[in-house]
Amino acid sequence: MVPLCSKALVMTAILQAIGFEHWILHTLLWLPMLGIPVLLSAREEWAGKIALGWTTTLFVLSLGLWWVYDPAGPLFQLTSVRPWLGLWGIDYALGLDGMSLFMLLLTTFIMPVAILGAFRYIRQRQRAFYALLMLLQTGIVGVFVAMDLFLFYVFFELTLVPMYFIVGIWGGERRIYAAIKFFLYTAMGSLLMLVGILYLYMQARAANGFGSFHYLDLLGTPLSLTEQLWLFGAFALAFAIKVPLFPLHTWLPDAHVEAPTPGSVVLAAVLLKMGTYGFIRFVLPFFPEASQHPTVVLIMMSLGVAGILYAALVAAVQPDAKKLVAYTSVAHMGFVVIGIFALTVNGVQGALVVMISHGITTGALFLLLGMLYERRHTREIEAFGGLARVAPLLATAFVLTAMASIGVPGTSGFVGEFLALLGTFERFPVLAFLAAIGVIIAAFYMLPMVQKIFFNALDREENRTVSDLSARELVVLSPLLVLMLVLGVYPAPVLDRLAPTVDAVITWVEEDQGGALGAAVEGYRRPRADLAATIATPLTDALIVQD
Amino acid sequence: MTAFALPESTAVAQAAGGYDPLLPGLILLLPLLGFAINGSLALTSGIRSARALRLGGADGAGSDAHDGHHQDHARVVPMTHRLPSLVGPGVMAGAFVLTLLNFLRMLGAGAADPVVLTYWRWMPTGTLSLDAALQIDPLSIIMMMVITGVGFLIHLFSIGYMKEDPGYPRYFAYLNLFVFFMLVLVTGASFPVMFVGWEGVGLCSYLLIGFWFQDREKADAGKKAFIVNRIGDVGLLMAMFLLFVSFGTLDYQGIFEAAPNTLIYGGGVVTAITLFLLLGAAGKSAQVPLYVWLPDAMAGPTPVSALIHAATMVTAGVYLVARASVLFALSPVGSAAVATVGAITALFAATIALKQVDIKKVLAYSTVSQLGFMFMGVGVGAYAAGVFHLMTHAFFKALLFLGAGAVIHTMHHAFHATHRDWDAQDMRNMGGLRHAMKGTWLFMWIATLAIAGIWPFAGFFSKDEIIWYVGTSAPFGPLYIVLWGMAVATALLTAFYMTRMMILTFHGPQRMGKEEAKHLHESPPVMLIPLGVLAVLSIVGGWINVPTSVRASFFGGFGTLPMSAWLHDWLAPVTAAADAIRLEQMGAYAYQSPVGGGHVTWGFIATGLALAVVLVASRIFLSRPIQVAELDAPPTGLGKVLYNKWYVDELYDRTIVRPVVGLSRFFWRTVDRGIIDGTVNAVGSVSRGFGWIGSLIQTGQLNTYAFILALGALALLGALVL
Repeated sequence: MVPLCSKALVMTAILQAIGFEHWILHTLLWLPMLGIPVLLSAREEWAGKIALGWTTTLFVLSLGLWWVYDPAGPLFQLTSVRPWLGLWGIDYALGLDGMSLFMLLLTTFIMPVAILGAFRYIRQRQRAFYALLMLLQTGIVGVFVAMDLFLFYVFFELTLVPMYFIVGIWGGERRIYAAIKFFLYTAMGSLLMLVGILYLYMQARAANGFGSFHYLDLLGTPLSLTEQLWLFGAFALAFAIKVPLFPLHTWLPDAHVEAPTPGSVVLAAVLLKMGTYGFIRFVLPFFPEASQHPTVVLIMMSLGVAGILYAALVAAVQPDAKKLVAYTSVAHMGFVVIGIFALTVNGVQGALVVMISHGITTGALFLLLGMLYERRHTREIEAFGGLARVAPLLATAFVLTAMASIGVPGTSGFVGEFLALLGTFERFPVLAFLAAIGVIIAAFYMLPMVQKIFFNALDREENRTVSDLSARELVVLSPLLVLMLVLGVYPAPVLDRLAPTVDAVITWVEEDQGGALGAAVEGYRRPRADLAATIATPLTDALIVQD
Repeated sequence: MTAFALPESTAVAQAAGGYDPLLPGLILLLPLLGFAINGSLALTSGIRSARALRLGGADGAGSDAHDGHHQDHARVVPMTHRLPSLVGPGVMAGAFVLTLLNFLRMLGAGAADPVVLTYWRWMPTGTLSLDAALQIDPLSIIMMMVITGVGFLIHLFSIGYMKEDPGYPRYFAYLNLFVFFMLVLVTGASFPVMFVGWEGVGLCSYLLIGFWFQDREKADAGKKAFIVNRIGDVGLLMAMFLLFVSFGTLDYQGIFEAAPNTLIYGGGVVTAITLFLLLGAAGKSAQVPLYVWLPDAMAGPTPVSALIHAATMVTAGVYLVARASVLFALSPVGSAAVATVGAITALFAATIALKQVDIKKVLAYSTVSQLGFMFMGVGVGAYAAGVFHLMTHAFFKALLFLGAGAVIHTMHHAFHATHRDWDAQDMRNMGGLRHAMKGTWLFMWIATLAIAGIWPFAGFFSKDEIIWYVGTSAPFGPLYIVLWGMAVATALLTAFYMTRMMILTFHGPQRMGKEEAKHLHESPPVMLIPLGVLAVLSIVGGWINVPTSVRASFFGGFGTLPMSAWLHDWLAPVTAAADAIRLEQMGAYAYQSPVGGGHVTWGFIATGLALAVVLVASRIFLSRPIQVAELDAPPTGLGKVLYNKWYVDELYDRTIVRPVVGLSRFFWRTVDRGIIDGTVNAVGSVSRGFGWIGSLIQTGQLNTYAFILALGALALLGALVL
């Protein structure tokens, strides 16, 4: 990396000296959970502050990853493997590539932002609330760094529990309905995936001669096309619900509207990305033939495009601001899905940038709506009007965020959408054209909301007393706003770090298990195979044969 | 398709041709800096007035924009005015001087090759390599001159015009930001960088149209402009995607150099590319069918209309076609479509302008119509002529808008002083203003004669040249004779409605009322001087491009030589490739008007006709009694249709807006809530077993539960790891 000159080298050296790379992933994974007993034993009014301090520390620690992760190095870095449930070949295996790097940074970044942004929002049972957020953070981080599929599944499911309670306890009027809907939807999808994982494990065991849930052991498992299609279905359903992909999206608007602000922020900013992450990390590499099967691709692409148009149109007629933004999430994630399944460098790069950008912009939108709610105790768009005159800072932040959200060039939203559409166009010009119409509808849903809340006459007495952003709120929003612009103007450092992952996945899928992913598998498997031959095989075999 | 073959590599030519740019980045940075300073001031003063408002400030809750923008003169803090007055126009002056110096350098170097300046890598993905890079060449420097030059004058004028507005710093912040994006648009070295400017100016336009956002109608107009523009932007996106697939790059240099050898002449790909580019251009430059946002855009402050909606932003489409001239030359269908859209727009908008009573609406439709002229020009391959008209139009239309602004300003004051709630923009309420505003009156007549195409004013040269080229395109097909007829008709209509506007506004009796007439006043020098400068430019601006054929005819016989003139020669490096393709594929122009006669003969006919129309229109509107708006009978028959703009807004509302909203409602209520959620809930009710989780929540034992869960998970995982 030419632009990252000597300063970066100094930083890398310092981090190496303190052994950063050896402990950072474990720390980021478990430290949030270690905060739970601290939080629960603290005094109620201190809970928020402790959580804020705790997550901020984690964020600062995670920043070191920027220097430690070397885009020119091997695909997976900071890897570690320890047997966990050795009998079944389940490892405590962690690792990091460019994609997980940014998902991880997004998670550690958004957590303190979400906590500080809604400091006043959570009034009841604060200890429990922040404890659940900590649990959630461990789950999300685990999803993004787990290199063992079983471990991944545990974390994937673990995120469900705290989110369920966050919506169900601190949510709005219909919180129980929303929470159960969220739980049922996602739990059903992931149960099928569990079956799929187990089947994949069996096949891999048969092929490898030893049982292992490690990602690199499972990669390249020989599967017939029929098997691939079934497994694709099982995995894709779980991830599609998480994304959410049209028409499996209806849990999202309810969950978003009912969730308390920090819940919505985390949900939109990172939880949804677990779905698209899953597609890129697992679905494409595990089932390359199914992922390239013309019918499958056409179905996924069409659902993505349908989601973009449908959700954008539905967003345009929502009277509830939060619901509107929830539907825009569905539309944005549609861009991610088409970018992924176009399977072009630009498409997947674009998909990843949309994931990052959406995390920042939609996170910011939910924070802003939360701030409005705290002031007026309503989310009804029509209840506002003319707020730009009494809250110019709030209005400025909102307009900038809205512009980034609808992908105005110069903001992060444009980079992502442009690349995703470009990548889609390279293979599917007609679908790209239809998806591009979503860009028009984006203006059609976003601008009326901005106008009805911030412009027009200030004609309601209760709006005249709305206060502008407090210092705390400014602190929360500023980094998000800065990131929107920086990623829009100079996204190259991010693209450079994402490129290895994108290349690896595409090469692996298209060129019959070659490329960096192939090299990672080769590099990992040889020593493992020896190990398996000597110890693991007899035991696991004995156990598996029984069932 | 060979056209889809990716070229091996496309090297970007770097700084050649002897021209050494002087601080080109600073030209863009200055307005951005102005935005930063004025923006901070705007926020500061916004926070201050918000605080006053919350504490129960002077203006009532129901105050609307018109009172809003003149309300609290007294409370305005001088600092929030003094600094923007200095910074806003100041950065523009700096940018203009720098541009001028660069222009002179380029002139001195006789540069042919564009200079590409790469600042940083923007979107490198592996297959796409895109830099944040600027390109300075003869075309972009002309555009920069217009933008910074006219832009500076309009900034200056704004000091006087916006003096009493509480949003003064915010106004200059937006205006500076607009200029920055406009400069990005014309200097971007690739389509995506251009697109940053393209949507950026759209954003500023949105903010400035809705500048008095308290007024719902004005905020609506801004929103409409943004959304309609985005329709065009999708066209531009699609064109970029097609270009990338065809060329493997999005840089101008790479594309335009490879185009003649990569794309098949008249092939499907290049035709699709040009038609998508046309869609984008039609959105930004308000052409049929996407013109509907521009007349509404008049809701913004009048200097904004002058700068954005007349002189600069709306001409971006013309710039785009001229910039991509190679591509258009390769597609006869695409070019013909540009010319046809231009001709239809020109004529259509001119008919609407005939019956408008709002002075700004007349100018708005006139702008749409003149943009149509420019499209005709670039559509028939007269790229330099199109840019020429773009430039002269920037002079005289900016002058007309600023003059109209001065008129509205004084009318507003007059009605304000007497507390009469008449429309200050309705020409029926004006009349006889020339007595009070001699300077404005004179300057506006100059601009009117210029736009009417009367020798020796600037518009004559540029408009005549476009009509000439459209007419002499006859060998390329009978279509062009029709377009020529439309162009001539439009030119005559232009002379007619502009004269009507001048007579209604400045001549005849003063209809605003005796008391009001006493309050009429001429504008202060800060407003009048920019008008004067623009008036001079409206007179002499055309002489930079007098064709050599004409010069030859006066100094040596009656020539019908192929055209050559200063601006043509200056832009030749940019259009050379396109000119060569057209000449090779289509042959030469006829260099004769469809009704016979060479260029000079036709020039005499054209100016004579226009002059006759001006005189006839003057007689008609001077002799006809005009009622003030309150008493005026609504028009009937065709007049009613024209007055209501051919009901196009209503048509779009019925056929597009309402069906889309209806569809959205259907999706939401029937599909989302009914079908999808109905299914989900049915499945959900089967598994009522999950209800126990809900009951747990309400027992209040959650703390315990969460604690146990967390500890359990921790213990389990921890133990197994260690």
